[in-house]
Amino acid sequence: MKFTLRIWRQKSPKEWGRFVNYKLDDVSPDMSFLEMLDILNEELITKGDDPIAFDHDCREGICGMCGLVINGIAHGPEQTTTCQLHMRSFKHVDTITIEPWRATAFPVIKDLVVDRTSFDRIIQSGGYISVSTGGVPDANTLPIAKDNADMSMDGAACIGCGACVAACPNGSAMLFTAAKVGHLGLLPQGQPERYDRVLYMVHQMDEEGFGGCTNIGECSAVCPKEISMDFIARMNRDLIKANFIKGDIEKK
Amino acid sequence: MSETTTRAEPRTTTEFRNVTLESRAPSGPIEQRWDQHRFNMKLVNPANKRKYTIIVVGSGLAGGSAAATLAELGYNVLCFCYQDSPRRAHSIAAQGGINAAKNYQNDGDSIYRLFYDTVKGGDFRSRESNVYRLSQVSVNIIDQCVAQGVPFARDYGGLLDNRSFGGAQVSRTFYARGQTGQQLLLGAYQALERQIAAGKVKMFTRSEMLDLVIINGRARGIVTRDMVNGKIESHVADAVVLGTGGYGNVFYLSTNAKGCNTTAIWRSHRRGAFFANPCFTQIHPTCIPVTGEHQSKLTLMSESLRNDGRIWVPKQAGDTRPPHQIPENEREYYLEERYPSFGNLVPRDVASRNAKQVCDEGRGVGPSGLGVYLDFADAINRLGANVIRQRYGNLFDMYERITAENPYEVPMRIYPAIHYTMGGLWVDYELQSTIPGLFVIGEANFSDHGANRLGASALMQGLADGYFVLPYTIGNYLAQGGFDKVSTDNPVCREVEAEVADRMTQLLSINGKRTVDSFHRELGKVVWEYCGMSRSADGLKKALQRIPEIRAEFWENVNVPGQNENLNQSLEKAGRVADFMELAELMCTDALHRNESCGGHFREESQTPEGEALRDDANFSYVAAWQFNGVGNKPILNKEQLSFEYVHPTQRSYK
Repeated sequence: MKFTLRIWRQKSPKEWGRFVNYKLDDVSPDMSFLEMLDILNEELITKGDDPIAFDHDCREGICGMCGLVINGIAHGPEQTTTCQLHMRSFKHVDTITIEPWRATAFPVIKDLVVDRTSFDRIIQSGGYISVSTGGVPDANTLPIAKDNADMSMDGAACIGCGACVAACPNGSAMLFTAAKVGHLGLLPQGQPERYDRVLYMVHQMDEEGFGGCTNIGECSAVCPKEISMDFIARMNRDLIKANFIKGDIEKK
Repeated sequence: MSETTTRAEPRTTTEFRNVTLESRAPSGPIEQRWDQHRFNMKLVNPANKRKYTIIVVGSGLAGGSAAATLAELGYNVLCFCYQDSPRRAHSIAAQGGINAAKNYQNDGDSIYRLFYDTVKGGDFRSRESNVYRLSQVSVNIIDQCVAQGVPFARDYGGLLDNRSFGGAQVSRTFYARGQTGQQLLLGAYQALERQIAAGKVKMFTRSEMLDLVIINGRARGIVTRDMVNGKIESHVADAVVLGTGGYGNVFYLSTNAKGCNTTAIWRSHRRGAFFANPCFTQIHPTCIPVTGEHQSKLTLMSESLRNDGRIWVPKQAGDTRPPHQIPENEREYYLEERYPSFGNLVPRDVASRNAKQVCDEGRGVGPSGLGVYLDFADAINRLGANVIRQRYGNLFDMYERITAENPYEVPMRIYPAIHYTMGGLWVDYELQSTIPGLFVIGEANFSDHGANRLGASALMQGLADGYFVLPYTIGNYLAQGGFDKVSTDNPVCREVEAEVADRMTQLLSINGKRTVDSFHRELGKVVWEYCGMSRSADGLKKALQRIPEIRAEFWENVNVPGQNENLNQSLEKAGRVADFMELAELMCTDALHRNESCGGHFREESQTPEGEALRDDANFSYVAAWQFNGVGNKPILNKEQLSFEYVHPTQRSYK
C-alpha cells in the first residue's frame, strides 16, 4: 500500500506548528498504525531529518499513552486505540491527516505529543477512596450486587487516553471524570466520599480549562473502551444532589 | 577491558568489591519467620518519619504501591516515571489475575499450598522464606484492593469470584475481566495521587533515571534526565527504591511496553549491585504470532484462554490445509496427549517449549510456520458462544483486531514470546541490594519466582513488595541512622551528572549510518536465537562472540539525530539499547555457566531420555549473583546457596 501522510509538526510548545507531507510506499496492511509511523521515522532518521515525536508505550490498547487524531477522528476510524488500528483500515493511496489531541487543557509538547497531566490533577482532587494501606476488613465482608460491580467495572475500564476530550467540540472532560465518579460511586466503599468527590472533581475539571458538556456524544463514539454517556447522566445527578447537600464548593 | 569497546569508560564504583552475600533470611518455623522478623526489625518513630526522604523509581504495581504506602506512613517521597502519568506503567497490561490464598472456594487452598506451588513452580530456585512471606501477605492484598474500590469479578451472591489459572489445581485467582493489572494499578495510582495531593509525594513524570548516586558507601540519590527539556539533574534522599520492572525488551520483540528498559537496574549494577540469575526469563505460551519484519512488539493474550481452548497442530509436517479441513484424526492435541493430568494447563515453560518443538518439526501453522492452534470449537459447542464471550470477549475482540480473523469461527494461532524476567538485582530478605540503601522491588528484583513464575503471581509479588514488605523493611534500614547531610551540590552528584551528560553528548555525536532500532533488532535476534527457550553451550558461545561486535559497531555507527535539550525519543532509545547490549552479554554468560535445565530455561545438554528438562540440584542449587567487572570483562560470580527445608526438590512432572 502507498500513502500520503499529512502530519502536524511543531518543534516546541511556543513555536507555531504546520502540516508537512510525507510519502510512504510499501506499507503492509498487517502493520499497525504506529508501526507505519516507525517506518517513516526510520526513513527520516536515515535521511538525517528529525523523526516525528508521538506518544506510545504498551501498544496493546491498555496504557492509554498513544492518541492521534486521524483524518479528523480521535484514534481513527475503528473506535480503538491508535496502537490497535491497522493499515488494512485504510484505502490504498489514501491521504491520511495526522494531528495531536487539540484541547486547551492538553498543550502540545512537540509534534504529536501533548501534556495530559490535567487528567492526573482531576484524579488528585478526589478520584480515589481515602483508605491507607493496612487495617481494612476482609474482602468478602462486603457483598456487592453483581450488576453494580459490573457497571462499576464499565467505568473503571477508562484508560485515560483523552480521546473523549479531543473529540468533543467543547474540549470537555466529562466522560473521563464521570467514568471515575461512576466507578467509585457505584461501590459501597465509595459512598462516604461520594458527594465531595463529584464536587471536587468537576471543580478541578473546570479549573484545568476543560469545557462543559452539551450532550453531543462524540466522546463516547470514539472511546476505545466504549464508556457510555450514561455515566455523564449519573454524574450530573450526583452533582445536583451534592450541591444541595454540600453547598457551594467555592466557599469551602 | 575488551578491544571492542573503544570509547572512554565511565568510572565505576569499586566500593562493593568484597561483599558477602548475606540473605538475612530468618530461621525457625516458616510460619513464624516474617512475624518474628518484623518484631526484630527496628522502627522509625512516627514523628521522625517526616525527617526522611525516599526516592522511588517506577510507578507500577510495586513502585506505585510503595510510594503511596511510604507517604501514608509519613515519609517524604520523590517518585519518578518515564511515562506522562504514573497510571501508564506496564503493570497495566497484565490481564489474567492475581493469586491469593483466601480459600474462598473451599477447595483446599491454604497459605502453605500457595507457598508449596510457588516454590515447586519456580523449579526450586527461589528462597523458601521469601516465598512463604509472599503467600502470607497475598490475602492482605485482596482486602486492600477491595477497600480501594478495585472492581473484582463477583458472583451473583455478591461475593468475590475466583478462577483456576496457569497450572494451579485450586481456584485462587482473583480477576477483573481481562484487565486485572489495569484495575490493580489504578488502585495503587489513586492511592498515589491522593498522597500527591496531600503533598507527601512529589511526582516527576517524563523523567528517566540514568544513574545512581552513592555517597560514603550508601545509595543516596539518582541522576535523571527530564525527557521534555533534556535537563540532567540529581535528586538526593536517605534511601533509593527501584521498582523499574523487567528487562524483557532486551529481545527487542517482547510483550513489554516499548519503553520498558533495564537502564535503572543496569546502571545500579554497574555501581555495585549484584545481578541475580539474569538468564531466567519467562516465555509466555499464548501470544499472537509475528507477522513480519515491521513488527514492533508482541501481544500477549491471557493464558486463562487455555482453560477452555485446546491446543493442537496437524500430525503431518507441511500440512497447509485450513484448520477446518483437517479432520480430527489428523490433529495432534499434543499437550493433552503428553501430559494427561494437566493437559492444556501445564505451566508456561512446558507449554512454550512443546510449541517450539512441534514448530521445529515443521508442523507449525500460519504463514510463518511459527504458530499452533488454540481452538475453542469444543468449548463453544459445550457452553455456547455466549458463555465464551462472557469469559474471553475482550481477548477475542483484541485478537480479531490484530489478525483480522474471528476466533469464534477460526482457531486462534498462538506462539510463545518473552513476557517476564525472573532475574533481576539480587536482594536480601529485606529487599535490599548489595548496595546499602538501595532497595529493589517487583519484577526488578530476582527474589520470589525462582526459575519460572506461575501465572497470576507477578501482580501478587509487585503489590506484596510495595504495600506490605518494603514499607516495614526500609524502616529497619533508616532506623540505623548515621546519615550524613547530603545535598544536590555534593561533588559526587556533580560527577555523576557530568558522566551522564557526557554519555548523551557521545551518543549524539557518533553520527553513524544505522538507526537505534536496527541495532536493537539485531541484538534481539541474537538473544532470542541463543538465549531464548532452548540453549546450548555452542549457541551461547556464538552469542558471546557476536554481542560485543554489535556493541562495538553501535558505538561507532549509530545515528542519533537531534539534540539533548528537547524531547528526543531517539536519544532515549539509544541510551536504553546501549545498556541492553551490556546486559545481553551478562545473560548469555549466566546461561552458559548454568549447565542444567530448570524452569523456563531449557539446556539442550541437560535433558531426560524423553526430552524433558533435567535439573541438576547437586551442582546448581544456588542463586548466581553477578558482580560487574567492567564492560567486556568477565563478571564475577557469587553464589547464594539455596536450602529447602519444607518443599523437597523433586523433578517436576506434569504427566
